[in-house]
Amino acid sequence: MDWIFSPWPWYVSGPIIAFIMFLLIMVGKNFGMSSNLRTMCTICGAGNKADFFKFDWKHQRWNLTVVLGAIIGGYIGSQWLSTDIAVAINPDTITDLNNLGFNSAGKAYLPTELFDTSALLSFKNLALLTIGGFLVGFGARYAGGCTSGHAISGLSNLQLPSLIAVIGFFIGGLFMIHVLFPFIF
Amino acid sequence: MRTLIYLLIGILFGITMFKSEAASWFRIYEMFKFESFHMYGIIGSALVIGIIVVQLIKRLNIKSFYGETIHFHPKAKSFSRYMIGGVLFGLGWALAGACPGPMFTLIGAGYIPILVVIVASLLGTFVYGLLKDKLPH
Repeated sequence: MDWIFSPWPWYVSGPIIAFIMFLLIMVGKNFGMSSNLRTMCTICGAGNKADFFKFDWKHQRWNLTVVLGAIIGGYIGSQWLSTDIAVAINPDTITDLNNLGFNSAGKAYLPTELFDTSALLSFKNLALLTIGGFLVGFGARYAGGCTSGHAISGLSNLQLPSLIAVIGFFIGGLFMIHVLFPFIF
Repeated sequence: MRTLIYLLIGILFGITMFKSEAASWFRIYEMFKFESFHMYGIIGSALVIGIIVVQLIKRLNIKSFYGETIHFHPKAKSFSRYMIGGVLFGLGWALAGACPGPMFTLIGAGYIPILVVIVASLLGTFVYGLLKDKLPH
């Protein structure tokens, strides 16, 4: 049972993700996480400002329940099922991140430079987390889905629009890391 | 009962996101640097199995656990919305190192600053809703 406490390899994790999509299809639903952000906007009253948010959010309660599970799963995974949570990324990547100022690379799950609670005291970090989150929310809804809705569900159903979106995800991600990161960090 | 099923699926999802390290900012960075097969293996193997599963369900007309017909909703045809939206999402994904599933997993794992990312993503979703009719789709 020791394996469960180590990081799970891709050939375990990938099939479980496919299994999760299968389960959601078999209970008559679909695998797509970003639509929850729209539902949450509706619950907060966004329907008064834009028609896009005018829908009966109770029909999406099932997906919000999945989100609640994802939160609980994060607690279980980190507190009960892990001994060492440092992410063993490629040594070259670690050197590269050290040069950018991320000294926590290879020693933590998330960069402490951005995700330690004390990092919130830095205006720059706060701005970066806000811009990143904003783009994720805006982009996911504009593209009609995120990694789960397009890269997994959409591509599994051989949808060309999902392929275009996933190519877009990579163009954006590659541009951010290869072109913008040297200016930001 | 059904609520419990959704909750358990979510818990399995959250555990998998955390334990696979797909919820780690470092793994996303490494993926965009092409310096590890890990993330490609996760997405690729999920996809290969996913394609087979969806094709089997469609061709064999498999019913849901509750005996209902399963509907797949084809995505509306367009190029600009998927490309522009996708690029914007990718920029945010690489910067925040989290997409809309794992960001919730990270709350459970106890990373307080991820709440900033979540609130900002709600704001981004809201602004999209306001501008929707003015954007090319």
